Amino acid sequence: MSRILAFAASLAAIAAPLAASAQDLAVTNATLATGDGSEPVEGATVLVQGGKVVAAGVGVAVPAGVETVDGTGKWVTPGIFAAVSDMGLWDVQAVGDSNDLSADKSPFNASLDVVPALNPANEHIAVSREGGVTRASVTPFPGNAIFAGQGALIDLGADAALVDTPRAFQLVVLGEGGAREAGGSRMAAHVTLRNALREAKALAGGAASVERASDALLTHADAVALAPVLSGEQALYVHVERASDIRAVLALKSEFPALKLVLIGASEGWMVASEIAASGVPVLTMPLRDLPEQFEVLGATQSNVGRMVQAGVKVGIGLFAGDNQPRRATEQAGNLVALTKLPGASGLTWAQAFAAITSIPAEISGMGGKEGVLAPGAVGDVVIWDGDPLELSSAPEAVYIDGVKQPFDSHQARLRERYKDLDRTYLPKAYDW
Amino acid sequence: MRMTSQIGRWSSALALTLALTLAPGAQAKTKDKDAEASREVPYASTYKAYPGRPTALVGATVYDGRGGRIDNGTVLFAEGKVVAVGASDLAIPEGYDRIDGTGKFVTPGVIDAHSHLGDYASPGVDANSDGNEATAPTTPDVWAEHSVWPQDPGFSRALANGGVTSLLILPGSANLMGGRSVMLKNVPAITVQQMKFPGAPYSLKMACGENPKRVYGSRGMKPSTRMGNFAVNRQTWIDAKAYMEGDHEKRDLAKETLEGVLKGEILVQNHCYRAEEMALVLDMAKEAGYKVTTFHHAVESYKIADMLREADVCSAVWADWYGFKMEAYDGIPENAALIAKEGACVVIHSDDQNGIQRLNQAAAKAQASGRRMGIEIPDAQVISWFTYNAAKAAGIAEKTGSLEEGKMADVVLWNGDPLSVYTRPEKVWIDGAMLFDATNPRMRPVSDFELGQPGEGDVK
Repeated sequence: MSRILAFAASLAAIAAPLAASAQDLAVTNATLATGDGSEPVEGATVLVQGGKVVAAGVGVAVPAGVETVDGTGKWVTPGIFAAVSDMGLWDVQAVGDSNDLSADKSPFNASLDVVPALNPANEHIAVSREGGVTRASVTPFPGNAIFAGQGALIDLGADAALVDTPRAFQLVVLGEGGAREAGGSRMAAHVTLRNALREAKALAGGAASVERASDALLTHADAVALAPVLSGEQALYVHVERASDIRAVLALKSEFPALKLVLIGASEGWMVASEIAASGVPVLTMPLRDLPEQFEVLGATQSNVGRMVQAGVKVGIGLFAGDNQPRRATEQAGNLVALTKLPGASGLTWAQAFAAITSIPAEISGMGGKEGVLAPGAVGDVVIWDGDPLELSSAPEAVYIDGVKQPFDSHQARLRERYKDLDRTYLPKAYDW
Repeated sequence: MRMTSQIGRWSSALALTLALTLAPGAQAKTKDKDAEASREVPYASTYKAYPGRPTALVGATVYDGRGGRIDNGTVLFAEGKVVAVGASDLAIPEGYDRIDGTGKFVTPGVIDAHSHLGDYASPGVDANSDGNEATAPTTPDVWAEHSVWPQDPGFSRALANGGVTSLLILPGSANLMGGRSVMLKNVPAITVQQMKFPGAPYSLKMACGENPKRVYGSRGMKPSTRMGNFAVNRQTWIDAKAYMEGDHEKRDLAKETLEGVLKGEILVQNHCYRAEEMALVLDMAKEAGYKVTTFHHAVESYKIADMLREADVCSAVWADWYGFKMEAYDGIPENAALIAKEGACVVIHSDDQNGIQRLNQAAAKAQASGRRMGIEIPDAQVISWFTYNAAKAAGIAEKTGSLEEGKMADVVLWNGDPLSVYTRPEKVWIDGAMLFDATNPRMRPVSDFELGQPGEGDVK
């Protein structure tokens, strides 16, 4: 073998476990939850070919030669979609050098883009993948301005191709957080936002070399970055919690009609649910907040999601950042089902709850019909669970992303294997790997 | 902490509790025996059980909190105490209210061995931040009870959603010796004395690792390293011993707490993540002459579970927290199950105003993680992780934490299997008094803070 060939072969050997090609796959006789809000059905088959879902349902024929997994006693679902996460942006939160979430000292804000910072080898991506999460949106956090920058859509496949859609949205914070960033008040935050959009408009409307007004506050890069927000090409995620802050965001549509708004947080959304529904603006929220941890969330209740959904708001579960691990999406959805048994509370049916962590966040992220569902043409993200995926006792047995079976070999998994016994008779634990 | 400020700055929605992993001080009893006999207990509990009715819970699956399970069981309680626990043939005395628990489950009241409710109350504004006396590396003179705001809405959520009937309020972990804890009954009250668990021992909160060295090192003070942590601790214990052996002419609040520890009257609750630090702390305890009751956070207990079993130290752990700080990097979801497998004591704790609402769910997750690696832990034993074992870790296991004749009637009736995500407390009794009833909107506490505010009395 020539040296070049040998080199290529060794590369291939290294890359093989990471870049396995999409395989055709069928899961048969499983309990199927497609993620689209329909009730689970038993005895179903999911067929994936060429990395895409070909069919999912009862009575699906499996072509000869397709590798088949017996799903008897198992559940099969699309992968979880973790909306508004910080996956891939830090190794250890409190270790600053490992943490790319925000840039307190940068002169830039809206133009910040998570893409070059994202690390596909990140431990939290591996851990989340083992928890059944296959797709996510990743957002930067605000550093010293109301604009945090531009988030991306990713898949969690164990390969280098992490980013599916770069610059999918811009995040802006209003409410208490926005007030702090803008200099001390909600008024300042709103003026800052409007001014920024107008500067972006002025820039977008003129020649590239046009001289900007001498009182321009945005850097050129930030103003450029806001142009697609203004035109509605890029979604604007707005973090607010208080009912009055939500109204103030909805009112932006009259001034800037093209804005493609998504409400982030909205803990008091239930108090203005009909207005949100009428606006058609979707919501991504943490569903179990129920404490007045700030004055802007005095009305927080776990019934928030149920009430908004009843009012006709499109609500997905999200904000998986910090200690709110993406793999907890399922238990959060399960807790919303628990509420349906509590007098006076509003929860979700099982099917609604599961959609709130799959198809709905995918739709809100612009991936409707493609991700978060098992339907013909959708990505071949398939999770086989050992039981009801929303139940605490359940976990994925296998995860496929784009039809590729994923490894379960995180740092956590290896520690578990090393310490499954404490025997140190013959060699130190360090040799056990 | 960089992360805390980043997230805190963005969003109320992404509340992190790292700040809570910081801590304050404690104080001890006088050593003068005559004075001890004559002096009243300071800040004594004025808790009185609320009236209850003799109650018979019948037909439910009963977990006694100590590993026992009775299907179709009967639990009798009256006058604040458990009268009897038995099968369906247990005779129900006359005058008992009979509550049908068919299809439901009964457990002892849930106990959180690590909470900061009241000390880091909601709303989490600076004015309510009273959990860390971070002005000196050792503050055993401060008492957590002097910071408790009984109007913290977190207490009611812990009761209604978590079935929590008792909780240990610890100072934070900024300091090596953060101060004295206080054990509370989870009853709505105006004063902290009205919540104080009668007869519960005090604990001293201690902290290993990153927090103390960061907080003081960043000020150019000692300790700035882990070895500094130990040096300061050891000298403090040596000084405490000298005080203990002295004439006590001049009272020293800090040393009174430490003397209480050295005499075995005050327990030690030690925030400690890493295996090698826990091992060093055990040796420090040997050297100084005290006992560690519980290691808190203990994400690496699984590496030394045999050692912890031999030392008879509980590990109070989360189900799956990891990675938020360097010393939590090796946290794994199998931790609790691996500790249990070695026969050491597992406690599921919260350290969090949200987590305290779902200790049962955390335990269920930890159990399932064990099962997937072949460690089968029966449901009835898992229940003990947030009942009896938590009581043991807090020094109140003689009084509560299990359903046994004569113990406090701290009881939860769950509307399903408490290890299922679909289950919530239906009724909660504290000392035999019903203080929460999910089926009765009026039987839901509303703190003064929430009165007249959006969501008052709402199902939370």
